[in-house]
Amino acid sequence: MSHFINRQRNVLDFAISSLLRRRLKNISLLLLYTLIVALVASLIFFVQSLKREAALLLKDAPDIVVQQLMAGRHDLIKTSNMERIAAIRGVTEVAPRQWGYYFDPVFGANYTVMVDTALGYDSGNAIIGQGVARNQRIAAGDIFTLRNAQNTPLLLNVKEVLPYESELLASDMILMAPRDFTLLFGFPEDAATDLAVTVANPRETITIAGKIAEMIPNSRPILKSEILRTYDSIFDWRGGLMVTILLISILSFVIFAWDKAAGLSAEEKRETGILKSIGWETSDILLLKFWEGSAVSLSAFLLGVAAAYIHVFFFSAPLFAPVLKGWSVLYPAFRLKPHIDLYQLSTLFFLTVMPYTAATILPSWLTATTDADSAMRS
Amino acid sequence: MIQHPAVMSLLLSSFMITAMSLYASYYGLKIILKWDMGSGSELQLGLERRTYLISTILGYTLFFQILSFFLLIYTADSIHNLFTGAMCAAGSLGANVYGYPLLTLKLSNAVFCGVWLTFNHIDNKGYDYPLIKWKYRLLLLLAVLLTAETVLQFSYFANLKADLITSCCGSLFSPEKRGIAGELAGLPAQTAMILYAAFFGAYLVCGLLAVIKGRGWYLFATGTAGQFLISIAALISFISLYFYELPTHHCPFCILQKEYGYIGYLLYGLLIGGVISGVAAGAAEKFKSIGTLAGIIPQFQRRAAGTSVILNSLFAMIVLIRIFTTTFRL
Repeated sequence: MSHFINRQRNVLDFAISSLLRRRLKNISLLLLYTLIVALVASLIFFVQSLKREAALLLKDAPDIVVQQLMAGRHDLIKTSNMERIAAIRGVTEVAPRQWGYYFDPVFGANYTVMVDTALGYDSGNAIIGQGVARNQRIAAGDIFTLRNAQNTPLLLNVKEVLPYESELLASDMILMAPRDFTLLFGFPEDAATDLAVTVANPRETITIAGKIAEMIPNSRPILKSEILRTYDSIFDWRGGLMVTILLISILSFVIFAWDKAAGLSAEEKRETGILKSIGWETSDILLLKFWEGSAVSLSAFLLGVAAAYIHVFFFSAPLFAPVLKGWSVLYPAFRLKPHIDLYQLSTLFFLTVMPYTAATILPSWLTATTDADSAMRS
Repeated sequence: MIQHPAVMSLLLSSFMITAMSLYASYYGLKIILKWDMGSGSELQLGLERRTYLISTILGYTLFFQILSFFLLIYTADSIHNLFTGAMCAAGSLGANVYGYPLLTLKLSNAVFCGVWLTFNHIDNKGYDYPLIKWKYRLLLLLAVLLTAETVLQFSYFANLKADLITSCCGSLFSPEKRGIAGELAGLPAQTAMILYAAFFGAYLVCGLLAVIKGRGWYLFATGTAGQFLISIAALISFISLYFYELPTHHCPFCILQKEYGYIGYLLYGLLIGGVISGVAAGAAEKFKSIGTLAGIIPQFQRRAAGTSVILNSLFAMIVLIRIFTTTFRL
């Protein structure tokens, strides 16, 4: 056994020293390899983190959201439906949710406006998200105006700016009292945007949703699990799409690697010739090539993963964020929680190291099987 | 079609493995038809060189094949929430008819690659390549199987349809769907335990007989294959219960998760290693009569069989330790 390990160690030693001897050629290869790994790794890390964030955020979402449909479109739901839903066995709570979007022509941004029942009769006050505060350049205690349905200004006092932690969800949020909301949009008082239903036993959710759909014609109950699933597949789909696009660059890298491995200089050929003439066998040279490839792959993999880590978790992936997050004027500014697991790394391995390895098998074999005399003579 | 980085990487890797094995079997076919050890022609020399290339390719293929087996399970696990009723990889794999056949084929291809490589190893020991034609015939079969796996894998992912929210209603109320069995049941635990213990005992006896007396190799090969299947059945029916400490959770995939300390990788690794070395040891008996291998095979058989017995015993030992250290009782 120790003979085997010593042999591998010696060949590895030789491989590294021969890589270092051809520094310039190998550094260009390593740079490109690292770049490819870093690109793909950033993508994978970023998609995974977004999925985690979304799952964390949706943990507190209502079990069922009931929407009203009108001619196939989302419509306001009558609050009179609440009692009937609450009467279903297993439902612990039904709450109306009033919310909508407000476009601010001055700052060119869309805000999500929502009623916060905790503000109650406290009309004239609002709680705003970090994004709104940045956009309007206001802070707690300031006054800002929105144009209401009658085209007259609605004055609101900023009571509080939402904390940084809620940035992803509430960046563009304005919370206000029910009366202000009614005034702002001319919203009917006996209606809500949708109803949030809480269910005691998660196993009963599907049955209860079925009962609601039967009870209120044209309603559309949406389960939390469905929302989660849809988010997941949207992020996966975007990630997969990007990988498909990146495959082109992986392919061109593979061709580059093939070319580098196949285009041996006269000196390299002579080196193989000398090795063979002093007694190295074809399998020994293949082993040497294996260790060379492993050294390059491992370095590129580690460097690339480190670069991707910095790109995604320190700088929030500026290269991919606009495509992967979605589109909005008020982007939430947030730092993702670092999370890397074996699964992401092995996906990355298959997307980068495997194509490289496959591309270098044939050239290394070609090198290994050249005859000693013809190699030295050339 | 599920678009997911891991799915893309699985498809890419399968495609490359197939391409490499088809390339290798093209030369394999040439070797089967044209190989002539006595000739010094350019063709023969070329073919002799090619054998190095083919064994290198197969070596990498085995490595990637085993990795992709685990990646498939992991991916199936990570997409389970896209399907109503699926709790883990078991549910995602059951989401269409291709899932389980794919998994089985992937696993058997990995074992097949391993056995091929051990024969290759033996063949290289005999100076006149005694197994060469036989070996490359096997390679042709392997290439066919790997191609089938790629087709199956593509069909599996292409036919997956996530249950998403549609514009008219929650997906739940679209036409009735058949439920996905999120759980694999198995044999009753008691029966499985007795069966496993009995089979393991018999396997050990076969193994010792083979290693010490050098007899009963075919029996040992069959026994190893049987032991592998019984171990997986045992894993589903009672071993998993002890690891999850739940009397109803029979999933053979969840033990690969972090929550269980990734112990599944070790267990599956031991089983795969055990079956490869055991089957190879037994099957090598067929070549004992070949002159140049006469001195090599018995030694190889003893080593491989010993490895197989040790790996399977380690598996049994880990399971026993778990059964006795956990507070869970059936």
